Amino acid sequence: MNADEVNRPQTLFEKVWESHIVVPETDETPAVLYIDLHLIHEVTTPQAFSVLRERGLQVRRPDLTLATMDHSTPTTPVHTLADIEVVGSSAANQIRQMETNCREFGIDLLGFDSDSRGIVHVIGPELGATQPGKTIVCGDSHTSTHGAFGALAFGIGTTEVGHVLATQCLLQRRPKTLAIEVDGTLPPGVSAKDLILAIIGEIGVDGGTGHVIEYRGEAIRSLDMEARMTICNMSIEAGARAGMIAPDETTFEYLRERPRSPRGEDWERALARWRGLVSDEGAEFDRTVRIDASALAPMVTFGTNPGMVVPVTDTIPTGTGGSLAKALSYMELEGGKPIAGTPVDVVFVGSCTNSRISDLEQVAGLLRGRRVADNVRMLVVPGSQRVKQQAEDRGLDEIFRAAGAEWRESGCSMCLGMNGDTVPRGKLSVSTSNRNFEGRQGAGARTVLASPLTAAAAAIAGHITDPRPFLDGD
Amino acid sequence: MDPIVRITSPTVVIDQSDIDTDQIIPARFLTTTTREGLGQALFADWRYREDGTADPDFVLNRPDAEGRSILVAGNNFGCGSSREHAPWALADYGIRAVISTEIADIFRSNALKNGLLPVEIPAELHRWLLANPGAEVTIDLESSVLKLPDGREHEFRIEAFARYCLMQGTDQLGYLLGQENAIERFETTRPWKP
Repeated sequence: MNADEVNRPQTLFEKVWESHIVVPETDETPAVLYIDLHLIHEVTTPQAFSVLRERGLQVRRPDLTLATMDHSTPTTPVHTLADIEVVGSSAANQIRQMETNCREFGIDLLGFDSDSRGIVHVIGPELGATQPGKTIVCGDSHTSTHGAFGALAFGIGTTEVGHVLATQCLLQRRPKTLAIEVDGTLPPGVSAKDLILAIIGEIGVDGGTGHVIEYRGEAIRSLDMEARMTICNMSIEAGARAGMIAPDETTFEYLRERPRSPRGEDWERALARWRGLVSDEGAEFDRTVRIDASALAPMVTFGTNPGMVVPVTDTIPTGTGGSLAKALSYMELEGGKPIAGTPVDVVFVGSCTNSRISDLEQVAGLLRGRRVADNVRMLVVPGSQRVKQQAEDRGLDEIFRAAGAEWRESGCSMCLGMNGDTVPRGKLSVSTSNRNFEGRQGAGARTVLASPLTAAAAAIAGHITDPRPFLDGD
Repeated sequence: MDPIVRITSPTVVIDQSDIDTDQIIPARFLTTTTREGLGQALFADWRYREDGTADPDFVLNRPDAEGRSILVAGNNFGCGSSREHAPWALADYGIRAVISTEIADIFRSNALKNGLLPVEIPAELHRWLLANPGAEVTIDLESSVLKLPDGREHEFRIEAFARYCLMQGTDQLGYLLGQENAIERFETTRPWKP
């Protein structure tokens, strides 16, 4: 490496990428990339463990592997093994298989006996396992969430889960970089969820394909960690495998004294290293996009992918394009009509996008002293058992119940409906989750993605509505 | 895995962009712990009506779709979740290549590990293929060339190591396991430990 190379300004992504290269890439072979944290759950790992067994391989670094169960788990209380059967025999079998696999391969599992169990992308940060500068992977596309800490975090398939279990490494080609500069500050009632939906609407559901996004600018700096996680979480919905935000005092304050955060001298050493994890002045990105946060309104989707999104104050787009027409037909919505006023059947507050304590606080803030509309079923599912405990310590569960909402155990739940928490065919759900694909929340279900505030407002009104008038007087 | 050199087949066309992995295989089929038999669940919510019978209007249910192994789909195929069940379902059904203008990153990576070729082509060729379902095309992996029946050819990009493994019929894990010395050296010499 010559002097120019050493002094060349680097992006945050490049710094993390280069510090994990075990073998550099060549024309013939991808880089061998070291993985610092491997998150595993019950749905995308059974076939990987089978490969290890077939080949007589061990898990190379169980100490760098964090296991939990979240996707097919019940959100009703589990006191005995029989209680998991409510999810159906196949899902229950998957849960039991996960317990067997972790036991046989020496991996600690945060299972039903652990008060730290929860959605894998909620518990990683919550436990302090997610840290700046780490490479983090999981057989789950929303692994991008962990990039909020300045980690390089991305989703992988089950074959690659096997690669990491066996070697703690992955074969990867270096992706391109995309800077998203968010100027200004978010207006009251407009949240991180609205911002990321607006970004996806702007760049499209394939706008980030082949790229790692770095979210930058004044609006990003002013967000707390939970809001930053919401932003990075949905990077994949723009096609980007990873989204990153440079760590700063907000990040360090969040991580201080978490169960798996460094302690004492190790903490000081880590801080010194983490402070260097910023894109250098003059570092070049392959592309740059600018967004003005101060011009945004609460956003809701109207179609069948997260890029089909409008301000809640707008009308549903009109057009003759094939995918728009098909999407509107599936959603039973009409172009040219206001999106507000659309009747709602189900409201889901949860998922790795919006199930953290600040999300639940916002929802409770709106529901306090109000009632969920008679025709609406509202489900509130905390992101982890720790979030559940936090919420109950603050009395939020009582607010939810008093308003007529259901308060559940943690898990992915109705985001993808693997555990039986589904939206019935034809019913319209306003959901704080991340995907409004056809049938995502259940066969024939119609999903409108929104922020926790917009979801809460929809629950009260019984139709899609701007949440900002509900905030008056708070 | 059987080595792949070239694939020739009439195409089956789904002219829709942004086909996500929830469409390719809905989440309720992901409770399996094996990778076999998922072809039955491929495009389940499009293929079957509410009562479970086949929807005769869906392209894969038409009699002429039988045995076709090359799928042509709209832009941004395979977006969404990382579920490898999507390429498993396609491969189990008998699809051996997917052609689109753009194929989502994780799906592409997963497909390449399961003998399913992701082939990205320019918009002009794509339009022609969408307009001509059933056209017999050849995908030559050795030369990375897609050949249309009218003689047009397009050299597509495919990651070199994945291509090598597909042509050898080998998987990538063996290569990674062979890097053990380098991995151990990295672990012992890195300046900080995770």
